[in-house]
Amino acid sequence: MTTEQTEVAPEESIDSTLTETELATAAPEVLATSLGDYLQAWWRRIKSGESGAVPIIAGLIAIIIFFQIERSAFLTNQNLVNLFEEAALYVVVGAAETFVLLLSEIDLSIGYGVGIGGFVIAELIAPPVNFPWWLGIIGGVVAVGFLGFVQGTLITQLGLPSFIVTLGGQLGLLGIMLELANVDPTAVGGAIQVAPTSPIYKLVNSNMSPSLGWIALAACLAVFAAVKLARQRSRRARGLHTQPIGVTLLTLASVTVAGVLLVYVCNSNRSALAVVRGMPWVIPFVLVIILAYSWLLSRTRTGRYIYAVGNNPEAARRAGIKVNRIVTFAFVMSGATAALGGAIYVSTQGSMATDIDGGGLVLFAVAAAVIGGTTLFGGRGRMVNALLGGVIIAVVYNGLALMGVQAAVQDMATALVLIAAVALDAVVRRRSSTR
Amino acid sequence: MPVGRIRADPADGTIRRETLKLQRSQDPMSTTESNGALLSLRGISKRFGPVQALSDVTLDIPSGQVTALCGDNGAGKSVTIKTIAGLWQADGGEMLWEGRAIRHNGPREAEALGIKTIYQDLALCDNLDIVQNMFLGHERLEHRLLDEDAMETAARQTLKELRVTTVRSIRLPVSSLSGGQRQSVAVAKAVMANAKLVIMDEPTAALGVTQTRMVLDLIKRLAAGGVAVMLVSHNLNDIFEVADRLAIMYLGRLVVQGPAAQFTPQTTVEYMTTGTSRQMAGTA
Ligand SMILES: Nc1ncnc2c1ncn2[C@@H]1O[C@H](COP(=O)(O)OP(=O)(O)OP(=O)(O)O)[C@@H](O)[C@H]1O
Ligand SMILES: [Mg+2]
Repeated sequence: MTTEQTEVAPEESIDSTLTETELATAAPEVLATSLGDYLQAWWRRIKSGESGAVPIIAGLIAIIIFFQIERSAFLTNQNLVNLFEEAALYVVVGAAETFVLLLSEIDLSIGYGVGIGGFVIAELIAPPVNFPWWLGIIGGVVAVGFLGFVQGTLITQLGLPSFIVTLGGQLGLLGIMLELANVDPTAVGGAIQVAPTSPIYKLVNSNMSPSLGWIALAACLAVFAAVKLARQRSRRARGLHTQPIGVTLLTLASVTVAGVLLVYVCNSNRSALAVVRGMPWVIPFVLVIILAYSWLLSRTRTGRYIYAVGNNPEAARRAGIKVNRIVTFAFVMSGATAALGGAIYVSTQGSMATDIDGGGLVLFAVAAAVIGGTTLFGGRGRMVNALLGGVIIAVVYNGLALMGVQAAVQDMATALVLIAAVALDAVVRRRSSTR
Repeated sequence: MPVGRIRADPADGTIRRETLKLQRSQDPMSTTESNGALLSLRGISKRFGPVQALSDVTLDIPSGQVTALCGDNGAGKSVTIKTIAGLWQADGGEMLWEGRAIRHNGPREAEALGIKTIYQDLALCDNLDIVQNMFLGHERLEHRLLDEDAMETAARQTLKELRVTTVRSIRLPVSSLSGGQRQSVAVAKAVMANAKLVIMDEPTAALGVTQTRMVLDLIKRLAAGGVAVMLVSHNLNDIFEVADRLAIMYLGRLVVQGPAAQFTPQTTVEYMTTGTSRQMAGTA
């Protein structure tokens, strides 16, 4: 075994015999042996239209530049923090939808999952129950996760299309939410107030201290760099192909720049009247969710099976994967994550009321995932896509609102972005299936 | 150990079964069968409603050899391999695995024994890379997380042993591979799972000359490594190139089986189309 490893030659270097197919489908770090190779492979992948997040980030930057030219108030830190707070809910519901989209299913009930989650959380933390905030969140997650379990079970056991089951679910969950408000005597006029002292309220409305922001950033960057470098070292020790060190440094540098910018924007004073500084708690809340889910998808067996089932359920079944269990799990995660969105919604509103637009919210959920680059056809997509997509939606709404565009036009503009994203998805898919 | 050549004579089958019983009663620890076959089908039959898909199929598959199963369309080849793979149970007859009667409920049990079937559609996930596909359903874990490095090392080792050298990186998604390379990945996946019997349904059907060459070489190496290979194919060139043994089916019956040297393309075609051969009748 050990002698075997020493004779393993370093992986093949990229060269002119690399086929277009290989270039188009492989991540650049799989083939590249130097930073130059990497950038070259990366560029060719962009040209062939299959480079994951890069065109989406480019699109986002283009939109931002457009709004900044139109309205100089766009890139002020006050507006940017507003924008992040708006994006938080879109990102989380997008992440919820990603679980089921990866299986080429859809969950149309997410919007009222947010509603029920919000009500359960608000009722649990308010008098007379007075649970601590975290128990409230757990209660909401369990409740909506269970509703996801019911829908997932109907879909898998009866073989029903998820589109229909969750369309019915949308109505059913709306009913459950209204009933929750009805039976609760403290919900005056269908609304429950959340005490401003509650951590749920503070999620959006209160900030980390600026120094805590910097310390947290430094800690995260240190852990990220340490993990990445340790991984590289252990792979090299085993004689496996490693990313060129230049690429690693480039990645670390860009993550550092992004992190510093984020903390800097949040930590600068954003009010003319009083001093308002620091990162709203909702930002780390959302980032932790995305990080945890990315880890679930990429590092655990369940995550691997989600991708396998999403691409080829028959192959997955033959490999011994319990396909039904994976599908049900995805619907549970979708519901549970919607409940986390409920916490954000409650915090933003300062209360929970039955006027929540769950039908509109589910469109944002699908839009965030798909705009960010997750396919509707299953098997391709990541949690980061929901993060990007959610931010793009928030940017579009925020920018158009700054320009004084009517709500109707804002909706139409978002619809255009969504359709463009879906069209791009379909084109990429057609291209890869005709290979 | 070898008790004469295998014949398509039903009487012979009965005799051998008795020999087997005898041997087992004498030496209960022994797992080797009298004729050395890894898997033996004895009088297997299978019916789908009015269709008698298999009747009295008797077949031996020895380790370290390539057994080619041939027959015209609808002869029952696919039904035979699916029966072995555990997709359904036979209506009658018995299966002996290393001399023991087995009855598996479902493909998982067949796989647990070491029977790995590679269907024509290969059952690979296009969005996963070679390593991920090779370990699908059998991922290695470390602290309950995927141990990518261990899997990559093992996958590399297996591909190297099989001398699959044309893939540029084992972290490429299988969507970027050629037909022959995909076939190789499917075979490597079977080897990885420690298969003792690898069944391949038409592995070269969709491949060009070079790729066919590659897969045939792979099949030979697989058998040379001690694995029993069962190959379903319509292509006589391929069959005569790699097969050590031939078994020919006709209308749901196994009409003849024996060492490949006993057959010529002409007699094979005769068996496949008529179920008998005038030339072979005396010699087989
Ligand atoms: N699931 C099934 N239900 C009913 N009949 C079946 C089923 N599977 C196979 N059969 C029948 O059994 C017979 C043998 O079919 P089989 O698929 O084994 O043929 P084959 O030898 O594999 O042919 P080919 O070379 O075309 O693949 C055919 O008459 C077929 O119609
Ligand atoms: Mg067939």
